[in-house]
Amino acid sequence: MSITLTMPALSPTMTEGVVAKWHIKEGDEVAPGDVIADIETDKATMEMETVDAGRIGRILVPAGGDSVPVHTPIAILLEEGEDSASDTPAEAATAPASAIPSPSPPAQETPAPAAPSAASAAAGSAPQTGERIKASPLAKRLAREKGIDLAAIAGSGPHGRIIQRDVEAAPSAAVAAAIPSPAVKQPQEDPRRLYAPDSYEEIPLDAMRRAIARRLTQSMQEAPHYYIRADARIDLLSQARKRLNERRERQARRDEPPPLRLSINDFLLRAAALALMEFPDVNSSWAEECLLRHRHADIAIAVALPGGGLVTPIVREVESKGLGRIAAESRVLIARARERKLEPSEYQGGSFTISNLGAFGIREFTAVINPPQSAILAVGSARKAALVEADGGIRAGEILSLTLSCDHRVIDGALGARFLAALRDRLEEPASMLV
Amino acid sequence: MRKYDVLVLGAGPGGYVAAIRAAQLGLKTAIVEREHLGGICLHWGCIPTKSLLRSAEIYHALGHLDTFGLAADNPRFDLEKVVKRSRAVSKRLGDGVKFLLRKNKVDVVMGEGTLAAPGQVLAQTAGGKSETLTATDIILATGARSRVIPGLQPDGEVIWDYKSAMIPKTMPKSLLVVGAGAIGVEFASFFGSFGAEVTLLEAAKRILPTEDAEISAAAHQAFEKQGWKIHTGISALEVAVEGKGKSAAACVRYKDGAGQPQSQTAEKVISAVGITGNVENLGLEQAGVSVERGHVRVDAHMSTGVPHLFAVGDLVGPPWLAHKANHEGVLAAERIAGHAGAHPLDYGNIPGCIYSRPQMASIGMSEAAAKAAGYKTRVGRFPFQGNGKALAMGEEEGMVKTVFDAKSGALLGAHMIGAEVTELIQGYAVARSLESSEAELMQTIFPHPTLSEMMHESVLDAYGQALHI
Repeated sequence: MSITLTMPALSPTMTEGVVAKWHIKEGDEVAPGDVIADIETDKATMEMETVDAGRIGRILVPAGGDSVPVHTPIAILLEEGEDSASDTPAEAATAPASAIPSPSPPAQETPAPAAPSAASAAAGSAPQTGERIKASPLAKRLAREKGIDLAAIAGSGPHGRIIQRDVEAAPSAAVAAAIPSPAVKQPQEDPRRLYAPDSYEEIPLDAMRRAIARRLTQSMQEAPHYYIRADARIDLLSQARKRLNERRERQARRDEPPPLRLSINDFLLRAAALALMEFPDVNSSWAEECLLRHRHADIAIAVALPGGGLVTPIVREVESKGLGRIAAESRVLIARARERKLEPSEYQGGSFTISNLGAFGIREFTAVINPPQSAILAVGSARKAALVEADGGIRAGEILSLTLSCDHRVIDGALGARFLAALRDRLEEPASMLV
Repeated sequence: MRKYDVLVLGAGPGGYVAAIRAAQLGLKTAIVEREHLGGICLHWGCIPTKSLLRSAEIYHALGHLDTFGLAADNPRFDLEKVVKRSRAVSKRLGDGVKFLLRKNKVDVVMGEGTLAAPGQVLAQTAGGKSETLTATDIILATGARSRVIPGLQPDGEVIWDYKSAMIPKTMPKSLLVVGAGAIGVEFASFFGSFGAEVTLLEAAKRILPTEDAEISAAAHQAFEKQGWKIHTGISALEVAVEGKGKSAAACVRYKDGAGQPQSQTAEKVISAVGITGNVENLGLEQAGVSVERGHVRVDAHMSTGVPHLFAVGDLVGPPWLAHKANHEGVLAAERIAGHAGAHPLDYGNIPGCIYSRPQMASIGMSEAAAKAAGYKTRVGRFPFQGNGKALAMGEEEGMVKTVFDAKSGALLGAHMIGAEVTELIQGYAVARSLESSEAELMQTIFPHPTLSEMMHESVLDAYGQALHI
């Protein structure tokens, strides 16, 4: 009997994926554990292994093609002695129930006799319900009680099995998925009609581009953003950073690679974490039915990827970590992010985000909140400026512009302002980060 | 300078498993070990104690032959042979680890390893030689040792740590065990079975304080029935060794649970007051690794936060269990290899076993912990007395207790005491991993006649449907 290989759910939030590369071709023999494809999700590229042995009968979804929903059949695996010619599962499997002509009752029964050998394999129980959903008993029961459709959830258990945790995490995800985002999915007018056909090149959307579009559109539509701005004078911070880096270099032994240099971003993470602990209401998420006030400052860092796209790995429990540890952990996360090797657990569930475009010489900018977080800090480049001192004198100083985007459902204006002021004060007096 | 993809420091159950898994995933791997392949578990922990306790169990049965219609004249024991057998079992398994490492082409370096620089380990071998090894990734798995508290310094003569207690030359007439956790209780059980007068002291309010309260109360009762003296809630412990050579003994003073001063003498004292990680002389500080309360801090994927430096097993903290170290070792190796299946451990789902007589085994939350976490619970119990196989075996003492979430039917915890329960607990571990509800457990057909039927009945009892009680 042939086996249908489907798009696996490689993380709890994955709803669709792209077959980036097939490692096999039709007719190849495969053994359990063989990597058969690279699957590209919104955040990372992961390998797909087969758990069964057999021969690849048909590839249903081409490499580098469009994104397909989780559990969509992507290939057919034939077992020993099977002939691909007798199997025509692709049509049977991909034909949704609604596509079957329904006027006369007998019509509903035709699919089975029409493709007898494929019926039990590819379609299985599928004609009415689609793919068989793998879910644990507890997950099924919880979903029933909460009125959640399991088909709308991606499983994080082995082989994409839906487990309790996935259902518990589902409400917000399911709601998000249920809200159509008109700007992305149903454009008012196809922009292609506004341009001459040969005047542009059409670039297919990869999974990450779709995820960015979906999540950030959702953020702008659902979260009432407002922005507040402050300049931090960072002369003392720059001096402290210089001294610390010199000291770290002096202490390192000659036969070692030079120690990591502490960056302004490392200080920003530390300062933000302390300010978040001081204002836990900022360290909170909107969860429709309630607010989630997070116990730790899990700070996401926006990382631009080579070749486009971005991802936000999270440094956990920053409030309990020193600068050296923050620097080490964030360097590893950033490197892994750039290699597209982050695990879902490394980029899901932060409580705050820092986006720093300082390296590009950007003075200041506003950022879109990374849902379900309620605030994001946009950081420009450190710059020298002429400053009017309290005594009226003018002196050169170093300035960093900070712009905080807040979700008004969670953070009211005065709270946002007090938080940003506390963050600025810590940056202006780095010794305050010691306590 | 030898170069590797992965270097593992420590060949205990965390380290050697990490090395094997790394090699399986195609990484060039070496392991540095200062003493024994297999670590404490194989040589001074799990394995030798289990073979000592097996001797104790058979000796105990010899004392009750009449119950089974059997007789033997003058049953006796030879302690030297009992100990020798346990050492032989350890040796055999240690050789097995050596074979497994060789089979997987893992290089073994016998010596003491220190982090010399990022990606570099200095291994000092026994002959005073040293070698620098380099690797892209390093896994620390140096394990742990027993904690020493002031005034209870093991001397190997009168005051024993686990090592001395495992190779006794004579059977003490009286033995005082400080610390009623798994290790203390197992040693007390061994020496008690061979006739030592056992006193068990515990600072907490009850013995086996991490077990479900009902189980620890049942154990307390069973141990007292065997003649142990047990004092809980003790404080102000003072131990003085008096006399020399064969007449040396410990004079022990403490305040009992009611605050009354007590004193007694014992031929030997075993200190089993806890565990601390082997974090010294590894170069952790220079490497920038965080150490808290004697253990290395790691994230859910066993990373220390220092790039390319991982830590697993007892070194990273409780529960100090070989099977937890195994899984952490596999996780670290898979993480390093970028294996898609790498998955953090579910620390709420690690079974614990105690091999005293009676045995205990548990997984998940105790009834009290479930209530404290806000669950409305359903609790099931089934006694050994109601089980055919238990009666046929002559094992009537014990109970299987299950705790369910009344709302979802999730099995929150299972707690057992009695014969062979350590072999039963995996059934509930599988059920929990698969997220079975009470319904699947009820539908599962347990074979008759087995002790495992009690696991079924306990679930039925939680829902008022027990059939044999």
